[in-house]
Amino acid sequence: MGEHDDTFLKVLLADLHIHTCLSPCATLDMTPRKIVKEAQKKKLDIIAITDHNSAENTGAVMAAARGTGLTVIPGMEITTSEEVHIVALFENVQAALAMQTVVYEELQPGENDEDLFGMQVVANEFDEVEAMNPRLLIGATRMDVGQVVDSIHSLKGLAVAAHIDRDAFSILGQLGFIPDDLKLDALEISRRLTLEQGRVMYSHLKRFPFITSSDAHDLDDIGASPTAFRIGGPKLAELERALKGRGGRGIEY
Amino acid sequence: MKLKEIVEKLQLTVKTGAGLLDREVKGGYVSDLMSDVMANAEEGSLWITLQIHQNIVAVAVMKSLAGIVLINSRAPEPETLQKGEEEGIPIMVTDMPAFELAGRLFALGISGG
Repeated sequence: MGEHDDTFLKVLLADLHIHTCLSPCATLDMTPRKIVKEAQKKKLDIIAITDHNSAENTGAVMAAARGTGLTVIPGMEITTSEEVHIVALFENVQAALAMQTVVYEELQPGENDEDLFGMQVVANEFDEVEAMNPRLLIGATRMDVGQVVDSIHSLKGLAVAAHIDRDAFSILGQLGFIPDDLKLDALEISRRLTLEQGRVMYSHLKRFPFITSSDAHDLDDIGASPTAFRIGGPKLAELERALKGRGGRGIEY
Repeated sequence: MKLKEIVEKLQLTVKTGAGLLDREVKGGYVSDLMSDVMANAEEGSLWITLQIHQNIVAVAVMKSLAGIVLINSRAPEPETLQKGEEEGIPIMVTDMPAFELAGRLFALGISGG
């Protein structure tokens, strides 16, 4: 099916910002199997796994979803040097792990303190604990927003500015504006607003496509504000076409 | 100088840790980037910031800071207050901007550490 063939387009429901038990601030219930089960319960077609500064649980969630009909996109929520959160979405685990190598290289040194920030559990597809990630995942990288976005694009990923309507860790909260030359692929509205409200509130940013995601840190939150994509299939390239409005693809609601 | 003295002299509003104001303030640090505070703030410092996210408490515990002062009448999130009480981190609020507050602290003899 080519880019210009729109006869097979369908509406797929996506939640493109979900944390697992690897993120210190997420609940320990956010294990691969439980996430997949909850996403199915919420009738989602596509989810993205986006832990803070790590992609170590993406492969396990993808494996847990195999054969279920749910598509899992490997990603990461990267903290820039300005403490802006950028959600990165990748075509495959290899690309996500390549980004992780860059992020680990640039992440501020230090060890996670479980009592203060929470546990960072690396899990396998059977919801078993493989290891604890010792890094300071709650910290920031030395890369600024431009460098993070360029780095994501060099690995053929998509870069989404996370929860722009929130005060903490958002591009508008930290920078106050979006630099003209920043090549973001989309802006994410948090679940506190609807996509429509977000588009109205940030109409001066309409040069960017808007999506909304749950930013789930516990199971209940999964699917709390999904984005419906009109696309040819659950693939990153199709999501990209929808964001760019190409070949009849688009964001339905 | 004790935190209590600073609170009184600069008329800071105490939001959490009211029973912990006997601690000694050894210096001051102004930053709105938590990663910067984690990397550079010194133990016993009073942290001046506009950040109200609950992670400021974890950062303050991690660095053994004397307390946190929120500027410009910023209202801390409920989770931040809860964490502040739990972790024993005094959180105070002032209507002063950061520049003014830092200047007043300096005049009181609190330096950059």
